[in-house]
Amino acid sequence: MAGPKTPAQAPSAVESLWTSYTENTPSRLKLIDSFLVFIMLSGIMQFLYCILVTNYPFNAFLSGFGSTVGQFVLTASLRSQVNPQNKEQFKEVSPERAFADFALGSIVLHFFVFNFLG
Amino acid sequence: MAVAYSLPSNLSPSTVANIASLLRIVALILISGAAISSRLFAVVNFESIIHEFDPWFNYRATRVLASKGFYEFWNWFDPTAWYPLGRVVGGTIYPGLMATSGVIYNFLHALNLPVDIRNVCVLLAPGFSALTAWATYMFTKEMKDESAGLLAAIFIGIAPGYISRSVAGSYDNEAIAIFILMFTFYTWIKALKQGSAFFGTITAIFYFYMVAAWGGYAFITNMIPLHALVLILMGRFSNRLYVAYSSWYAVGTLASMQVPFVGFQPVRTSEHMGALGVFGLLQLVAFTDLVRSHVSSRQFQTLLRVSLVAVGVLGAAVFGVLTMKGWIAPWTGRFYSLWDTGYAKKYIPIIASVSEHQPTAWPSFFMDLHFLIFLFPAGVFLCFTELRDEHVFVVIYAVMASYFAGVMVRLMLTLTPVVCVASAIAFSSLLERYINPAEPTDDSKVDSENASGTASPDTASVASHDSPKPASKKSKKSAPPPPSSIESIMSEIIPGGSTSSAKGGAKTERGIFGLDTRFMVGGNAFFMLLMFVMHCTWVTSNAYSSPSVVLASRGQDGSQHIIDDFREAYYWLRQNTPETAVVMSWWDYGYQIAGMADRPTLVDNNTWNNTHIATVGKAMSSSEEVAYPILRKHDVDYVLVIFGGLLGYSGDDINKFLWMVRIAQGVWPDEIQEPNYFTPRGEYKVDAQASDAMKNSLMYKMSYYRFAELFQGQQAVDRVRGQTMPSQGPTLDYLEEAFTSENWIVRIYQVKNEDLLGRDLKSANAFAEGKKRKRGRPAPRRKAIV
Repeated sequence: MAGPKTPAQAPSAVESLWTSYTENTPSRLKLIDSFLVFIMLSGIMQFLYCILVTNYPFNAFLSGFGSTVGQFVLTASLRSQVNPQNKEQFKEVSPERAFADFALGSIVLHFFVFNFLG
Repeated sequence: MAVAYSLPSNLSPSTVANIASLLRIVALILISGAAISSRLFAVVNFESIIHEFDPWFNYRATRVLASKGFYEFWNWFDPTAWYPLGRVVGGTIYPGLMATSGVIYNFLHALNLPVDIRNVCVLLAPGFSALTAWATYMFTKEMKDESAGLLAAIFIGIAPGYISRSVAGSYDNEAIAIFILMFTFYTWIKALKQGSAFFGTITAIFYFYMVAAWGGYAFITNMIPLHALVLILMGRFSNRLYVAYSSWYAVGTLASMQVPFVGFQPVRTSEHMGALGVFGLLQLVAFTDLVRSHVSSRQFQTLLRVSLVAVGVLGAAVFGVLTMKGWIAPWTGRFYSLWDTGYAKKYIPIIASVSEHQPTAWPSFFMDLHFLIFLFPAGVFLCFTELRDEHVFVVIYAVMASYFAGVMVRLMLTLTPVVCVASAIAFSSLLERYINPAEPTDDSKVDSENASGTASPDTASVASHDSPKPASKKSKKSAPPPPSSIESIMSEIIPGGSTSSAKGGAKTERGIFGLDTRFMVGGNAFFMLLMFVMHCTWVTSNAYSSPSVVLASRGQDGSQHIIDDFREAYYWLRQNTPETAVVMSWWDYGYQIAGMADRPTLVDNNTWNNTHIATVGKAMSSSEEVAYPILRKHDVDYVLVIFGGLLGYSGDDINKFLWMVRIAQGVWPDEIQEPNYFTPRGEYKVDAQASDAMKNSLMYKMSYYRFAELFQGQQAVDRVRGQTMPSQGPTLDYLEEAFTSENWIVRIYQVKNEDLLGRDLKSANAFAEGKKRKRGRPAPRRKAIV
C-alpha cells in the first residue's frame, strides 16, 4: 500500500500519471478510488493512534485496523473485477457478480470484525 | 479411418453425458462406501471404543460439550488435569473437532435419532473420510478432469497413509482436518482460476474451520502464500491472483484470530509472517500494475526505481524495529525442528521423545502408499509439462509435503493427498492413451478424409483442415476423424489422448496399434489397481486397526486373546479410590486416566508445562527417599506404571525411562544425570549388573517389585529386555502395591502416609521387620486399631 509518492524526483512522471488517471478512468472507478482513499486514511489514522498513544485493547485495534485493510483489499478486488480493462482476465465474473461477491466478502469480514472487537 | 475397436454410433450426445454423470455419482457413492467400510475393522473386530491417547481427551471434551452446551465448554476450566495447576481447556485446544461432533450429535437428536455421543465420536473419522474423497475428487477435477478426479478419490479413500489416522475410534483432529485441507485447497484453486472473491471468502471460511480444527493449519498458511509468491516470480501475476489472495488473507486472518488458542499469533509469530509478506507484496505489485497502465514505459521506470528504494528502506526499517522490540516471536520449537532436524533432540527432549516425530524410513512410504509412491513423481512431471497456475500449486505442495514427510513420520498424513492427486493424474493420462480407440494413421490420408468428410464438430479437425502442412503437429491432432457423434464426445472427453498418441516425429508412425498393446497395458494397470486395493485392505486390517487400549494376541490355534489390562486397572482406579485421589503417571497415560479412570492427574499428553513433566520424571528416576517428598508435595495418592516385562509388551515405562531421565536432567542437571543409569560399559541394563541409580530408582522398583516371586524360584526373565532378573527383587518402603493387573501390565502403587511416630518410613519399616524377627510377633493388631 506504500504508494510511490515521489513528488521531488520525478514531477513529470507523477504529473502525467495524474493526467492519464483523470482522463482515462471511468467515473465509477473514480468513485471506488475515492472510497479507497478514505479507507486508507482511516487505517493510517488508526495505526498512528496505535503507535503514538496505546495499543492496549489489542484486539480492538486489530479488528479496527483489520476491517480497514480487509475492506480496502475487497474494494480493490471489486475495482479490478469491474475495470473494463481487465475484462479478459475475469471471464467468469460479471460486474454484477463481482458486486455480490464484494457484498458477501464484506459481510463475512465485518461479522468477524464485530466478533473480535470483544 | 482406423479405430482399434468400434464404438456404438447410435447414441445421442446428451445420453452419453447423462450416463457419464450417473456413473460418476454411482462411483462416488461406492467410493464413500469403500472409504467408510475399510475403516471399520477395529469396530468389527473389537468394539466401538476410542483408541490411542489423544482421542481420549477429545472425547472427554466432547462429552462436556454435548452435556453442558457450547458456552460451558468454551469456558471450561478443568481442575483435574495438571493437578495443582489445572488447565484452561477452552483456551488451549482447537475446538473444531468437538464442535463438529457436537453439531452432529444435536442434529441427530433433533431428528429423534438418540445416538450416544461415543458413537458419534467413534464414527466421525470414517464419515469424514468419505467427504475427503469427495473433496479430493473436486480438487483433482480442477487439475485435470473428472476421470482423474474419480481415481484420486478412490486412492485417498483407501490409502493406508490416511487410514492410519482416521480409522473408526481414532477421534483425533486429523480426522476432520484432511477433509478441510483438501476443500480449502479446492476453493483456493477455484478462486484463483476464476478470480472470484466469492470463492476467496469461502476459502477463508474453510481456513477458519481448519484453524479451529488442527494445529496443522500453518501448512495452509504457508502453502497458499508460497503458491502466490511463485506465481509472481514466474511473471504470472494477474488480477485474479490479487482478488483470490487478498480476499482469502484479509478475511481468513481476522477469522483465524477468533480461535482463542491462536489469538494474536497471526500477527506476532514467524510462521504467519510469510502470508503477511506476500500480502504486502501483492498490494505493491497490483499498484505497480495499475500505474504501469497509465504512464509510458520510461516514466514508469523512473517511478519504479524511486518507489523500490523508498519501499526497501521503509520495509527494512520496520522489520528491524519489529525484531529489535521482539514483537515478532521466532519459530516455535516444534516448527523449528522441521528445519533443523537435530534441534529437538538437543534442546527439547520432550518433542524428540514422541515416536511420531522421528524421520520416516523408506519402507513406510511403500507401506502407506503402495504403487502411488512411484506414480507420484510421474504425476508431478505431467503437471510440469502442462504447468497452468493450478499445476504450480500441486508441484509446490508435492515438494513441500515430501520434505516434511521425510522429516517426520506424522506428516506422512499431509503428503498422502498430494500423492493421490498426482498419481491419479499420471494414471488417468496412461489410461486415456491406451483406452482411446484412435489408431495412428497416415497424415495425408487423414487430411483428405477431413477435407471431404462431413461437417465435424471437432475443432481439432478444423484446425488440421486449415493447416496445409501434412506433417505439422496440428494436423496430427486430428488423428481420429469422428465418424459418429459418440466419437466426437469421446475425443472431447479425452482431449489429451489423441494429441499425445501422435506426438512423435514427422514421418514415422508413432502411437498405439491394435488391441493387444491396449490389453497388455490396460490389463497391467488394472492388475496394479487390484493389487493396490488388496494391499490397502491388508495393511489397514493388520497394521492400523488395533485399538491400543486393548491388546490382542493370537494363540497357536488361531484363537484370539484379548489383553485388557489397561481398562482393568483404570476401572479399578475408578471404583476403588476416592474421587479426589491424584494419580501420578508418565504423561503418555494422562488422557487415558482422566478419560477412563476419571481421576486427577499430574501431567498429561498436552505437554504444555515442561517443568511439571520434569518433576514427574525426577520423581520416577530418583530414589524413594528423594521421590517421597515430591510425591507428598503434589498430593499424589497413587502412582501408576506400565510394565510389559511379563508379557513382552515393549511400550512400557522401562523403555521410556531414559526419556524421563533426559527430561528431568534438562531441569535438574545436578541431581539427575543420564550416564548414572548405564552400566560402566555404557549399557542400559535392568538385570544384576544394572547401575545403582537404576536399581534405586522409583521406576525400577515399582516395575520389578515382586516380579521375581512370580517365577517361584526359577530364573526371572524380563521378556521385553530379554534379561535375567536377580532373584532378590527390590523392596519398597514409601509405597505399597495397591493393584496389579492380570498380566502385570499396569501396576498401581499407593503412597504411604507419613509415619505416626515421625520416623522416616524406611527406618520405620526396618524397625518393623527387625522387630518381627526378634520377637516373632509383629504388631498387626495395633496397626489395625490405628
